[in-house]
Parts: sequence; structure tokens; C-alpha cells
Amino acid sequence: MEFNAIYVLVAREFKKFVRERSRLVSALARPLIWLFLVGAGMSRLVSPAGGMSYTQFIFPGILGMTILFSSIFSSISIIWDKEFGFFKEILAAPVSRLSIVIGKGLSGTVVSTIQAAIVLLLFPVLGLKLGLLQIIAVLIIAIAVSFCISTFGILLATFYESYESFSVIMNFIVMPMFFLSGAMYPVKLLPKPLAVATKLNPLTYGVDAFKNVIFPVEEGPMSADFSLATDMTVILFLSFAFVVIAARLFERKK
Amino acid sequence: MPIIKVENLVKRYGNLAAVDGISFEVKEGTIFGFLGPNGAGKTTTINVLCTLISATSGKAFINDHDCLKEPSAVRKSIGIVFQDSTLDKDLTAYENLVFHAYLYGVKKSEIKGRVHDALNFVELYDRRDDLVKKYSGGMKRRLEVARGLIHRPRVLFLDEPTLGLDPQSRANLWGVITEMPKKHNVTIFMTTHYMEEAEVCDKIAIIDNGKIIAEGSPDELKKIIGGDVISLKTRDNKWSQQEIKKLFDIDAENKEGELYLTSNRGDACIPELIRGLGDKVLSVKLQRPTINDVFLKLTGKAIREEDASGMSNIKEEVRAYRRRH
Ligand SMILES: Nc1ncnc2c1ncn2[C@@H]1O[C@H](COP(=O)(O)OP(=O)(O)OP(=O)(O)O)[C@@H](O)[C@H]1O
Ligand SMILES: [Mg+2]
Repeated sequence: MEFNAIYVLVAREFKKFVRERSRLVSALARPLIWLFLVGAGMSRLVSPAGGMSYTQFIFPGILGMTILFSSIFSSISIIWDKEFGFFKEILAAPVSRLSIVIGKGLSGTVVSTIQAAIVLLLFPVLGLKLGLLQIIAVLIIAIAVSFCISTFGILLATFYESYESFSVIMNFIVMPMFFLSGAMYPVKLLPKPLAVATKLNPLTYGVDAFKNVIFPVEEGPMSADFSLATDMTVILFLSFAFVVIAARLFERKK
Repeated sequence: MPIIKVENLVKRYGNLAAVDGISFEVKEGTIFGFLGPNGAGKTTTINVLCTLISATSGKAFINDHDCLKEPSAVRKSIGIVFQDSTLDKDLTAYENLVFHAYLYGVKKSEIKGRVHDALNFVELYDRRDDLVKKYSGGMKRRLEVARGLIHRPRVLFLDEPTLGLDPQSRANLWGVITEMPKKHNVTIFMTTHYMEEAEVCDKIAIIDNGKIIAEGSPDELKKIIGGDVISLKTRDNKWSQQEIKKLFDIDAENKEGELYLTSNRGDACIPELIRGLGDKVLSVKLQRPTINDVFLKLTGKAIREEDASGMSNIKEEVRAYRRRH
């Protein structure tokens, strides 16, 4: 593995992230809209269970959404780089494909975790009470989930060559992933086919891990669906699998 | 020991042999020109040599490393300027070069110095903090050349480095390129379709339909034409023809009142002609054959300038457009 290369891939992403203020603003506007427009509206319809309001219930899902969008966005910038040629500069370098995938994966991880951390700052506004340990746990989970989703995004990017595919990815992959992640409604209340789809979605386990840490309640319809150990195992296993497969797919073309 | 060695290289795409059994060698420290029309297989050859694609059969070595088996060692020995720009336009020139240095594992303590030197070499140091977006086509090309040198490669590949540039940028870039073998101790492998550029190469290979149809120094290739053409006007053509026959043992052709003769060393021939024919000579003209004449003779078509009417023209425009944006 070439650590120089991994470092510089992350540094490039970070530099662009800092430079493009508008990207950060719009990335942070989305979770705010969902929390305070959708969440607040729905709170009137959905009666709180286990002492939790609907806005509080979707907070872990909104953290997941923040990570989902920024990780996928960061990873499929590879498609832009392919389109504009820059990716060739990376592929022609004496750098293993594994390092490229890890470097790009960590790029997404850094920018997503920063955004998730900013969204996390809202918890007192929503009336949630989190201790220091919980906050640290949320951040660690955010890192793991960001890496998992970023590497999934890299895998997606290997299949597309031009940025026209951007809206396809957004509409047919990212949005369904969001709605089928347990972010907006508990997985255990879904009808069977949807519940199965949910269980195949990597983001589900991320959102569930957040629920495990953030929610005070351990039972009831709005509690977490799996154990924290299950969530983390699935996330780490999937990350590993995505890295290996993506590195394979980036191997020399015939 | 040649720095690049290619033996019987073949690359097929389905039924199409993009590269069809080519062999050549490039001597260290020289400029090697790869000439051919659109679709001849130039870029494909470069891609195989740079380990970006695999070959169907054959062998290729760079700096003693096998291009088909040791990609990493080969990649460390080469720099590449691709046909289409591969700069990150949202980064500055300086950042693009630093990125490259890290990517190629240049020692941290050396990065700054090398980046500065490279920027100075292509005279972009003053513009180093501009986003590449704001660069002109010629500046981008020069920046790419500078980037290709950062990790001190033994061979630098340049795929159509001057395509789509205005004459002044071309001349500027060409100055940079010809300086490189001595200054940076690097061998240049380049493709081009500008004839005057080909003339400066130490050695040229002409490729058409995936096959090398001629190879040699520009002077050697021009001998295929039969040497330089001298045309002269005299007071007495008949007498002059006889005299020329006596002097050089060449039959001068009389076309529309002018005498034509071909000679391998046209320049050396002229003084002798004048000495021999004395004041019978009215005017002498020496015409050097160009590489384009050679190409024309071998393939029956001009490399690109004349056939640039249809598709290839559009292709160039699109490329030039992309390069500008
Ligand atoms: N990935 C590919 N799949 C199928 N055919 C290809 C591929 N790449 C190149 N070719 C074909 O191989 C041939 C040689 O292409 P190549 O790009 O090497 O030409 P070139 O000499 O670089 O031309 P140009 O001067 O236009 O750049 C062309 O007929 C081209 O269509
Ligand atoms: Mg080409």
C-alpha cells in the first residue's frame, strides 16, 4: 500500500471541500429541511411513542442521510474525474488499485464525518440528551458508516463512465437507499418485501447503530431493530467486501 | 542497450488489429517520433507501453522492465502526457504538481524544490497559484509536460502534445520539448502529425493501419524520395545536360524549360554545379523533400493536413475545445 498516495487523495478531496463553500451549505441544508420541515410536519400526524417525538425519531436517520449523500457524492466524483480525464493520471501512477480505493474511501469518510458532526450539534435543539460518551460513540459510528457508504459509492462509480449517469444513481439508488434504511419509519413496522429490501441496504445498519446509541428507549416500535454489535459487524464486513471488489474492478482493462 | 524495446507487439480489439505486429527500439537520450494518420494505432501503442492496457501478443520493455509483467517498475520509469488533458482543473497548477509528486512517492523533503524547478522550466512559476481552469490550452500542455517530469522519469511519452495549439504556443512548447533530453536526462517518445516537428526527431517510425511502414532518421527517410530535388535555369539546357552527365553521372530532366535532378546531398551539389556550368547558370533552386512527401509516397495519402477536411477536423476541434475547458 502506498500511504503517500492515500494521503494525497484525501488531501485533494479535503481541499476541494473547503474551497467549495456552496457544496457545504447545500449539504447541510438538506438535513435541516428534513428535520424541521418534514419532521416537524409529521410530528403532528405521528403521535410520539416511548416518550419520543417524530423529529427525535428521525434524527439518527438524518445523520445517516447526511452521510449517505456526502459519501456517495464524494465517491462518484470519480465519474467526473473519468469524464474530464483526471482519473487517468491516477490510474497511470505506480500505485496499487487497493490504495486508490482506500484513498478515495477515506476521502469520502473525512468529508462525511465532518458534515455528520455538524448535524449532530443540533441534538439539544431537538430536546435529545446525549452524554460525552454517546457523542464519541456517534462519531466513531459515523466514521465507520461513512467509509462503508463511500466504498459502496466507489463500487458504483466503476460501472459508469459519464456524468449523465448521475441522476440515475441519485434517483434509483440513493433515494431508495434513504427511504429503505429505517430513517423515516421503523423497519419492524414495514411489510415483508420492504423489510427484506431494508435488510439488504448497508445504510440500514448505520442508521440502526445511531439509534442504538442515541435513543434512550430500548423497547417499543421506535427503538433500534438490531443490536449494536450486529450493526457494526455488518458495516465492517461490508466495507471490507466493497474495498476488495472495487479494487478488483479497477484492475487493468483488457 | 535501448531504453525502449518492442518486439512483434499486437493489440486486437475483436477483429480489428489496432497494433499489428510492430517492432522498434529507441536509444536513450533521443527524441523518437511516432507518425501516423488517425486511427493508425499510436495511442494504443502508448497505452500498452505505459501498462494501461494489456497486449494481445508480443513483447515490450522499458528501461529493462517488462511492460506486460512489471507494470509498477515500468510506471516508475515513465512520465506520460496523454492526448487529452488529465489535469485537475479545480486545483491550482502548483497543487496539480504536488499531487503528482505524492502519487509517485517523491520524498517529502524534495517535493517543493522539484515542483518549483518544473514550474520554472515551463515558465509557469508566476502563474502557479492560478486554478488550471483559467489556463490557456498552451499553458495547460506545458503544465502537463512539467508534471510528467516531476518524478524524474527515464522516458517521457507525449501523445500529440501540440495538437490544437496556436502556432506561438506550439513553438513555445516545442522549445521546451527539444530541451528536455539534455536538461532532464530523459528520452522522448512522441506522436505528432505536424511535419516540421517530425523533422526535429532523432528517429521516426511511420505507422499506418497498425503496422510500421518505415523507420529511420528524418534524413534517411527522405532518401526514400531519392534525395533533394535541384531545379535550375540555364542559357543552354542541352549543353548543360551533357555537362551534368559528365560531372555527376546523372540524367537531368528537362521539364518546361527547366532542368531537374535529384541528389542525396543537394546542398553540396550546388557549388559543383555552378563551378561546372559557369556563367551558363541563371538560377538554382534546392527543394528538400519533407516527411509528408515520404508518407505520401509510402501510403498514397497525406498524414493529416490534407485529409483534415471531414471527420478528423471535427475530432480535432472537439479535442481542442475540451482542452480549452
Ligand atoms: N477501446 C477500444 N476498443 C475498440 N477499438 C479501439 C479501442 N481503442 C482504439 N480502438 C481502435 O484502434 C485503432 C487505433 O486507435 P488509436 O487510438 O491507437 O489511433 P491513433 O493512431 O492514436 O489515432 P489518432 O491520431 O486519432 O489519435 C482505431 O481504429 C480505434 O478505433
Ligand atoms: Mg491517438
